[in-house]
Amino acid sequence: MNSSPIFSDKIKRTITCIGAAVLVASVTLYLALPVVALFFRTTPELFFSSLSNPDVISALFLSLFTATVSLGVVILVGTPFAYVHCRNNYPGKVIVDTLIDLPLVLPPAVAGLALLVLWGRVGILGQYLSLFGISIAFTTLAVIMAQIFVASPFYVRQAKSLFEQLDPAYEQTARTLGASPLRIFALITLPLTANGLISGAVMTFGRALGEFGATIMFAGNLPGVTQTMPLAVYVGMEGNFTVGLTISILLVIISFAIMIAVRLLAHREASHA
Amino acid sequence: MLDATIHKKLRDFSLDATIHAGPGEIVVLMGENGAGKSTILNSISGLISPDTGSIGLDGSVLFDSGTGVDVPVEHRRIGYVFQNSVVFPHLTVRDNIAFGLRAMHKPSAFVKERTGHWMHAIDIEELADVRAGNLSGGQKQRVALARALATEPALLMLDEPFTALDADNIRLVKELARTFVTEMAIPCLIVTHRIIDCRDVGDRVCVICQGKKEWEGKPENIPGCTCRSDGQ
Repeated sequence: MNSSPIFSDKIKRTITCIGAAVLVASVTLYLALPVVALFFRTTPELFFSSLSNPDVISALFLSLFTATVSLGVVILVGTPFAYVHCRNNYPGKVIVDTLIDLPLVLPPAVAGLALLVLWGRVGILGQYLSLFGISIAFTTLAVIMAQIFVASPFYVRQAKSLFEQLDPAYEQTARTLGASPLRIFALITLPLTANGLISGAVMTFGRALGEFGATIMFAGNLPGVTQTMPLAVYVGMEGNFTVGLTISILLVIISFAIMIAVRLLAHREASHA
Repeated sequence: MLDATIHKKLRDFSLDATIHAGPGEIVVLMGENGAGKSTILNSISGLISPDTGSIGLDGSVLFDSGTGVDVPVEHRRIGYVFQNSVVFPHLTVRDNIAFGLRAMHKPSAFVKERTGHWMHAIDIEELADVRAGNLSGGQKQRVALARALATEPALLMLDEPFTALDADNIRLVKELARTFVTEMAIPCLIVTHRIIDCRDVGDRVCVICQGKKEWEGKPENIPGCTCRSDGQ
């Protein structure tokens, strides 16, 4: 009589365990299998030989170059912007807050089209630039502008929340000790938020590197000029499949490196606190 | 010499307080949490502006609503130790203490000499190169005190300096505060909510309740319960 409820408890627990294991395994496999499949589709020889393919090399360098420049601009402009935005109340702040997040929900193709409509040769602003012989669309500059538009929220949002969460007493103490605002920002605010800022920067770099939709709409797909790695993967589908595969694997490796970097930084931050 | 008259409308009540403190005198502001004690310190330091009033320190006017004078925080020469001893956790003990002197662009030899002097005074020389974030509560409080005093302020203000410290450290911080305030002959304001702190360290006590000064006098004469306080 007594053993039956215990027995049914045991069965219940076993079923729960099996259910949980199946759930975890299926989610993991769903995410991991496609990535693993990429590696199985090629051989090391094929991978390394196509690494020297000029299309691969030019796409790799163009991607690294544009993503680095985009990141630089986002950090140089985004950091002081986020700080000023956090520390001051001004009319329309809520609207600015919403605009910062807009690129996260806007489909990248729409962002690309919007940039084209504004900056294109016959665009609202672009038509005046073209009077001076300046053309932005379908240049490397357009690639960078598209990346900045799409990837900047990852850094700016992070910077904003770090500055908001920093105990105001640190900056206030520094002020009472006679430090100028610039000195406080450089010696107190930045070092105390550095780890978080770096992980935001790494995420931005990753997003810029993977940018596809806005780039192809606004910058086109010119090898060596605007054909970044994701675009070259797309072209590879129609032409040289191995090239597409090699670039994809390179992107997977870079993505993993980025994730590991962010994890390590987050861990360091946690152990600091 | 500090002379401050502060009026400020707060959310639940208005703050109306007049505070005086002479050279070498420790005035304790006592009262419940939310009575307006920290608002008084923040107003004097310039972190917030009173609605009306005036604040004078050693003959110079720091704030005067009548004439529109409002000296910026960084030029007030007030040593302010915040609650929970805010040391800069990423800087070493040495760099914490040197922070104010460097901000004032003092010559490096002078900064080095003064920093050494203060580390010796608070007996923390052996931890000079330790990051302040790794210090114990009592050590942090001592560093915060020395950092504030190294700039040779005209006024010292301590906000709840004894919370989160053990008995030994409370005694030590009280002794240090008393010694330095007497030596430097500067006025000192200490905010606390414990009666025992007033008796140990205060020359004069102001009991603040709902933004008003309820009572002022010698620590030994504090009435039993002017304003409800958890006298520990």
